[in-house]
Amino acid sequence: MAPRGLRTWGGADWMRAGRLPGVFNPTVGQLRGVCTCVAVRVGLMETAPKPGSDVPPKKDRLQAKRKKPRRYWEEETAPTAAGASPGPPRKQKKNREARPQKPKNAPIQKKSRFPKKPQVPKKSQEWRSPGPQRSLSGAQDPFAGPAPVPVEVVRKFRRIDKSKKLPRSKSKAQSRLDAAEAEEEEISVKAARSELLLAEEPGFLEGEDGEDTARIRQADIAEAVDIASAAKHFDLNLRQFGPYRLNYSRTGRHLALGGRRGHVAALDWVTKKLMCEINVMEAVRDIRFLHSEALLAVAQNRWLHIYDNQGIELHCVRRCDRITRLEFLPFHFLLATASETGFLTYLDVSVGKIVAALNARAGRLDVMTQNPYNAIVHLGHSNGTVSLWSPAVKEPLAKILCHRGGVRAVAVDPTGTHMATSGLDHQLKIFDLRGTFQPLSARTLPQGAGHLAFSQRGLLAAGLGDVVNVWAGPGGAGAPCLERPYLTHRLTGHVHGLQFCPFEDVLGVGHSGGVTSMLAPGAAEPNFDGLESNPYRSRKQRQEWEVKALLEKVPAELICLDPRALAEVDVVSLEQEKKERIERLGYDPEAKAPFQPKPKQKGRSSTASLVKRKKKVMDEEHRDKVRQSLKQQQQQKQEKAKPTGARPSALDRFVR
Amino acid sequence: MKVKMLSRNPDNYVRETKLDLQRVPRNYDPALHPFEPREYVRALNATKLERVFAKPFLASLDGHRDGVNCLAKHPKSLATVLSGACDGEVRIWNLTKRKCIRTIQAHEGFVRGICTRFCGTSFFTVGDDKTVKQWKMDGPSYGEDEEPLHTILGKTVYTGIDHHWKEAIFATCGQQVDIWDEQRTNPICSMTWGFDSISSVKFNPIETFLLGSCASDRNIVLYDMRQATPLKKVILDMRTNTIGWNPMEAFIFTAANEDYNLYTFDMRALDTPIMVHMDHVSAVLDVDYSPTGKEFVSASFDKSIRIFPVDKSRSREVYHTKRMQHVICVKWTSDSKYIMCGSDEMNIRLWKANASEKLGVLTSREKAATDYNQRLKEKFQHHPHIKRISRHRHLPKSIYSQIQEQRIMKEARRRKELNRIKHSKPGSVRIVSEKKKHIVAVVK
Repeated sequence: MAPRGLRTWGGADWMRAGRLPGVFNPTVGQLRGVCTCVAVRVGLMETAPKPGSDVPPKKDRLQAKRKKPRRYWEEETAPTAAGASPGPPRKQKKNREARPQKPKNAPIQKKSRFPKKPQVPKKSQEWRSPGPQRSLSGAQDPFAGPAPVPVEVVRKFRRIDKSKKLPRSKSKAQSRLDAAEAEEEEISVKAARSELLLAEEPGFLEGEDGEDTARIRQADIAEAVDIASAAKHFDLNLRQFGPYRLNYSRTGRHLALGGRRGHVAALDWVTKKLMCEINVMEAVRDIRFLHSEALLAVAQNRWLHIYDNQGIELHCVRRCDRITRLEFLPFHFLLATASETGFLTYLDVSVGKIVAALNARAGRLDVMTQNPYNAIVHLGHSNGTVSLWSPAVKEPLAKILCHRGGVRAVAVDPTGTHMATSGLDHQLKIFDLRGTFQPLSARTLPQGAGHLAFSQRGLLAAGLGDVVNVWAGPGGAGAPCLERPYLTHRLTGHVHGLQFCPFEDVLGVGHSGGVTSMLAPGAAEPNFDGLESNPYRSRKQRQEWEVKALLEKVPAELICLDPRALAEVDVVSLEQEKKERIERLGYDPEAKAPFQPKPKQKGRSSTASLVKRKKKVMDEEHRDKVRQSLKQQQQQKQEKAKPTGARPSALDRFVR
Repeated sequence: MKVKMLSRNPDNYVRETKLDLQRVPRNYDPALHPFEPREYVRALNATKLERVFAKPFLASLDGHRDGVNCLAKHPKSLATVLSGACDGEVRIWNLTKRKCIRTIQAHEGFVRGICTRFCGTSFFTVGDDKTVKQWKMDGPSYGEDEEPLHTILGKTVYTGIDHHWKEAIFATCGQQVDIWDEQRTNPICSMTWGFDSISSVKFNPIETFLLGSCASDRNIVLYDMRQATPLKKVILDMRTNTIGWNPMEAFIFTAANEDYNLYTFDMRALDTPIMVHMDHVSAVLDVDYSPTGKEFVSASFDKSIRIFPVDKSRSREVYHTKRMQHVICVKWTSDSKYIMCGSDEMNIRLWKANASEKLGVLTSREKAATDYNQRLKEKFQHHPHIKRISRHRHLPKSIYSQIQEQRIMKEARRRKELNRIKHSKPGSVRIVSEKKKHIVAVVK
């Protein structure tokens, strides 16, 4: 607990240093109080109680009036303990909670990038166990051997699926496979170890005992968190150009808005710097950033238009007309468009060619999402099905019947394991996408969700009229649990677009009254990869990344349900090849040669004994074969018997 | 309520001054690096770039006035190479300067063989004039004549020579295999098995008392220097021109055969070669192992040289130029980076062993990128598209048409064999594998 609190404090105090009015005396001795932060917000000009003083702090009276939201690092027992037993707080705890503070009443300083040495808490002294006694000759290592690695983390990094069985291969190939597997294991352990180096930890929101987190208002969250995070909660009041669609760029740094009545804007939402703002004088159906924040695709009333970040129209794509929804597949540089005419069109934005135009044959398409794991496009239809599309295939790869009415919204989580759908039957369902396409959980909502979105860490947001609900999985992992929402928020208008901001704990909501940026603690991946998508990248870095990304553009033909299949052994064609080879050669070169008894010395190699030996081996082989076939028969019998096992029926006697 | 929001300090992610490097925090979580196909595309790009940068030809050393007949490496200096020509001239070359530093008229007629002493101070040549000559590696000082240190006059023509790897002993071949002490003018012992001329003799670099030779009566004979008689021999379908010992595995050697193939044998079991290497379309004249023992290079009469992995039957690389004629001798340099070949049209050519390798000092990032690309290429090597690109080589028309022709011939033979099996009593026609097909007998 202590190290985490200390670290995040260190992360936040850069904002705080210059802004707050001076409260504390800069002497270090006074910084050891329990309740420093609360006092800051209330603005009391009090000094923290000195250690050992019996007087309960003044602030307890305030807390009795109204329960103040507390920050996560404040010990749960701290105020109550202070109130109930006014004795001196334990020294150990105080030490842990004392944190570096900067003199607030000093003139505004330049932020120092280096932590001052005396402020660094010596936590190592606290938890280092005394350990075995050191001798001058050589100290014993109390933690001998490599540090243990949690199995879960190792599994996350493993790329070989050991459950899949490969056909029997020659000993040489087999040994090579074994070596590769061992190497893979070692690598995944190493990668799991390196996770220790990650700097940030995910956010969270927890209610006190019995408190429902969904009842916590956004304003309360904003008040409780540090200023930098609080600034991420804002409302853009744009009633004039009515309901808004929005889209965050892949780095999470930029936000594009498209109002139904033609208002298109792009801004750096962190610094609130406007990049461009135009009115296209035409209905805007959807808006989407392309691979970087410099290009913007807007689905307008008739055609698809592409703008740059100055708001200059670069292209008008007339082959894509009456587009309702846009999706950008970043690794393929494909812009998937769903149109009113029922066509799903893939536009390659790197060369400007249409890769595929697929007729979904299901009428107007206005529900679309992509599976970020395998770049399959999911379309929701009015007959309650969701169809899965790849540009390589003219027909849908799969059709899933999800709802009794039409499908209103679809969302897929970033790992590609879960799909959330909502329909006109007011149901919200979560499906397993790994092979079976079975519903995992379902829930009826009073209004039904019109918009759905998944966050990077698996939070599910739904827009229900003018309310936004967010569900989280148990323990922040796995499929979201639909029992009770994690967060709710009421807006000033009906929801029209939803998206979680990548790498920030923020949920952007476009609605008829403008755009709202909600705080959703724990939504985003805390540690980004600088080479993949870096929110802090410079222009030069972006340009280099762009070149790399274009070089690695994945061809559209490779989009399939299992992207890992490309790096696995192709068993089917292997066996086909083997068969062809046998046919071509006229014999099986890998077949086991028939047993040939070795000639023995001293007259034991008579014809009779040779035949005898040969027969012995052949009999043994025959017995093995019979044994195996018996085993198989038994297995088949068992499999047949299983389904009837639940409840014996009178008709069982006819089962064979 | 306990709440924590993600709040990053930009100072931890943005460089401080313009003089710093950009900060790039990494997170290797597979969820942030989706798409296996991206790796495939990277591998494809790497394979294409490998073909783009495949420029193996480095230099041609010209100066000989007749075809180059034999080559020798200097055991101590990477930059020095010796070559003997068909007009009896021996030249010593400096590879860094790519210049001839010394010329000796060593023999009358061909220089048949050349080898260096293990210490690198002198070298031996044999020629058509029935002599063995020892020469100093350094040139004569001012005013001295170019004279051999020793000259041995023999009775018959010597066709090859090789020096022991550790001791002052060398072996010559001709009518018989002779083993000489450097100090004496008569051989310590001479060994024969049959009555045919022996074309080359090679010392084993690890088990240094072992020798291998190949004779024109189609056999490869192995000798032990410590005993007076040969060890054993294997008879093949056609004549073997020369053999090369694996410098890492003492018992492995490769024979360059007249039937366009190379055979890698395990000395302990000569009845079946470990591998038959076939890609050449004419007689293979010379073979030399890489110092790593994983690959070898072969020179052929079909005007090309090929590089084979020891455990593969097909070559991984073929080098040819328009002007290169029948390649007579080939050597892999001791740093395993270059290949030299001497050919009929009087030139010695220098090639890179790895065609697309970048020469010179690499930065650590370059090295890392190369390693990563190499691994990717290995991982996806069996994908048809990548395999096609990495295998594609331009061949001169003569070789290309020969390959087509031989493919047709081979197909016809195979079809005939299949028909014979089909129309005869089951079991009466024995199927002989390609490996065993070319071995006539093993004699001990």
